[in-house]
Amino acid sequence: MKLSEIARILESEFLTGENKKDVDFHYCRGCDLMSDVLAAFADGSVFLTGLVTIQAVRTASISGAGAIVFVRNKKPSADIVALAREEDIPLLVTPLTMFVSCGRLYEGGLTGVNGNR
Amino acid sequence: MPVIHKSYHVTKNDFIHAGEASIHVKNLLKSLNYDSDLVRRVAICGYEAEMNLVMHGGDGELSVDVSQSKVVIEVTDKGPGIADVELAMQEGYSTAKDEYREMGFGAGMGLPNIKKNSDEMTISSEPGSGTHVTMVFFCKG
Ligand SMILES: Nc1ncnc2c1ncn2[C@@H]1O[C@H](COP(=O)(O)OP(=O)(O)OP(=O)(O)O)[C@@H](O)[C@H]1O
Ligand SMILES: [Mg+2]
Repeated sequence: MKLSEIARILESEFLTGENKKDVDFHYCRGCDLMSDVLAAFADGSVFLTGLVTIQAVRTASISGAGAIVFVRNKKPSADIVALAREEDIPLLVTPLTMFVSCGRLYEGGLTGVNGNR
Repeated sequence: MPVIHKSYHVTKNDFIHAGEASIHVKNLLKSLNYDSDLVRRVAICGYEAEMNLVMHGGDGELSVDVSQSKVVIEVTDKGPGIADVELAMQEGYSTAKDEYREMGFGAGMGLPNIKKNSDEMTISSEPGSGTHVTMVFFCKG
């Protein structure tokens, strides 16, 4: 699924990284526990989280995430957006909850980072 | 290829910068065209150890030695040390404060994750004299 399609399905806006809207994604992870994110690689996955911190962006970067979506309309501060831009990771915000966001992306065909559905 | 050595100062409780050193190392290895699997393993392990220093340890440093055959990361701090290293290595063991759990850390998964993703890991620590973690990653081929 193209990132532009993910953005549309999640009714979300780009805070940075719109230039990557044509990048294709196959895997998705929804997680607020950084320890868990670090426990499994997720190259080029979409990372959904409700944890809006600098460390969420760094953890995403270290774990290979290709895009970050903050759920439930949580708007990050300017330094968080700046870090994502620096790391070259698109950052989106959706008004939807974690559950509904995951549901819509699942329906759209994305799989978990271990390939399961 | 000459051996490259870099070291970064890491500060206890500094969450604004925590993880920067590991991201630098990751970008360095990428720019040197190291195998992507190796780069990911080094990045994850370096980051886990760096976060441990910031949360549980004390001021210290993260250093990296890069050669053709291997990458070695060392993370040293002058914090309180670990009384029972064997216990700390067990998955699920954590003394993380609530404040760190609220940031999504403190599941007691970091040290086991380093063990899993590195080719060699040694951790030496004494209560009162800090912690030293060495991680070695061998390049394939
Ligand atoms: N540098 C350090 N200095 C002092 N204690 C440490 C250090 N590194 C680890 N520890 C101790 O070992 C425990 C286990 O570390 P580990 O990284 O496995 O889990 P954690 O950091 O608590 O949680 P997580 O890594 O999942 O965020 C820590 O809770 C802490 O008690
Ligand atoms: Mg840890």
